Amino acid sequence: MSTAPDDDAAERSPAPAPAALAATHRAIEAVWRIEAARVIAGIARMVRDVGLAEELAQDALVAALEQWPASGVPDNPGAWLTAIGKRRAIDLIRRNERLERKLEEIGRDLDTNGPAPGPEDEASFDEDIDDDVLRLIFTACHPVLSTEARVALTLRMLGGLTTDEIARAFLITEATVAQRIVRAKKTLGKANVPFEVPEGEDRAARLGSVLEVVYLIFNEGYSATAGDDWLRPALCEEALRLGRVLAGLAPKEPEVHGLVALMEIQASRSRARVGPDGEPVLLLDQNRARWDQLLIRRGLTALARAEELGGAAGPYALQAAIAACHARARTAEETDWDRIAALYAALGALMPSPIVELNRAVAVGMARGPAAGLEIVDELTDAPALRSYHLLPSVRGDLLFKLGRFGEARAEFERAATMTRNEREIALLRRRAEEAEEAGAAG
Amino acid sequence: MRYMILLTYDEKQAVPPDERLINEMGMFNARLEKAGVLRAGEGLVASDHGARVTVTDDKRTVVDGPFAESKELVAGFWILDVSGLEEAVEWARRVPNPQPGRSATLEVRRVVEAEDLGDAFAPEARAAEERMRARLAELD
Repeated sequence: MSTAPDDDAAERSPAPAPAALAATHRAIEAVWRIEAARVIAGIARMVRDVGLAEELAQDALVAALEQWPASGVPDNPGAWLTAIGKRRAIDLIRRNERLERKLEEIGRDLDTNGPAPGPEDEASFDEDIDDDVLRLIFTACHPVLSTEARVALTLRMLGGLTTDEIARAFLITEATVAQRIVRAKKTLGKANVPFEVPEGEDRAARLGSVLEVVYLIFNEGYSATAGDDWLRPALCEEALRLGRVLAGLAPKEPEVHGLVALMEIQASRSRARVGPDGEPVLLLDQNRARWDQLLIRRGLTALARAEELGGAAGPYALQAAIAACHARARTAEETDWDRIAALYAALGALMPSPIVELNRAVAVGMARGPAAGLEIVDELTDAPALRSYHLLPSVRGDLLFKLGRFGEARAEFERAATMTRNEREIALLRRRAEEAEEAGAAG
Repeated sequence: MRYMILLTYDEKQAVPPDERLINEMGMFNARLEKAGVLRAGEGLVASDHGARVTVTDDKRTVVDGPFAESKELVAGFWILDVSGLEEAVEWARRVPNPQPGRSATLEVRRVVEAEDLGDAFAPEARAAEERMRARLAELD
């Protein structure tokens, strides 16, 4: 390393000009975004405690903020930050009896595994770090944590986001985020969660937990509206990036590619799904010229990889395959509804859900006519999960309208309008109720 | 946001990449991939296998390579999907020196998006471009 980390350098350095300081801070933010996961993972490998590793990494970041404005960003900033973090860890270990035992264990590890990897041996260092980052993802998404805690911890440790950024993205207070993170770290410590990538039968369930967190982050961003803080839509980018990181680190897991495919294809429609006045545009009404073909291509490639790996029947791959059916259709009329109906049937068999079944009813209605679709919907009217779900009467109204049963259709649209609080949706449903009334009067 | 990193150096002084450099570049590219930011990247063969077409009004002149008069020539590029210029610059800083013992330049430039062109990019032209991209995607 050309620039040795120096804990005390800040006290000796002259203060830089404010503009230069701001530029360095932006550079440090960029470094942190790139390096946070690797630095935390590298320290966690040593201290075997993810919460502590994250705190030590934050200490290293503070040291960088103090020193780099004067010294410049070092040539290998990741190694610099890791070195500071590890040095602080050793200080702490020396002072702390509980951790001393861990040091002994590490000592034994080192004896059996040879010397710890350093930046000198970059090839093996990189591979080890990759494994550590994967361990970090699995730990941050451990099922012992609540979903909210997993999301916050993942964005903080893998995405390098600050608590303020997470708070703004999720429309909650910074104190709430900070509290979630502190609690999550405590829970991990209490449960003695090992810093490892699970193997064997545990692995599939644990991977499911990781993918759930990533998809949740994506959906949070996807549901953002035009007026929101830009950080909310940025969550989609973050989730896509996390998905690609996972695909790079665990390339043989088909569901990872399935999730990446699903997110890429959904993201490809983001420009088309909102009208000029901010109103939502339904999938079949979207201007397909506004779909991002680059993202679609990447999504289809990821889906093909999931299928090559034998994962065509996984829940994310199935959802991606449905999204791909829409992406491949040049016009709404060209949509392969038979295939979509079959994919929903497979998805429903895998994870039975009345919402999946409702979607299947729509596809069947398109493929084989409204009567066939209505038959499925009528089976769902008593499902408790759909009791206050406005899309049930909305879909039913649409099928009844197509069957020429305008009076019933109107009643369903009106009922649906009372079940949602979204102003734009209410307006749309009222309009459809009026259409049904007019059609009924004309017929 | 998409950024392009253009690698340029003095071709006349250039030495062909050895095994070590190829490995280093491979590791750098793997890191880009694992960070979820790599969209594309290629290296270019020296200019004696290329040509230049000069455009002056309606006149076209073709000159075969090598381009002896140019000091720095493009030798490769990456396209990255990152949060902004600072992050793109950070990645550029991590590119292994392609010419050990000599200097090279990494130029960081943002890729034009449809939004940058504003009203000059009419909806019809935009739709035509999207259709072209769709066809290209199928060829790939």
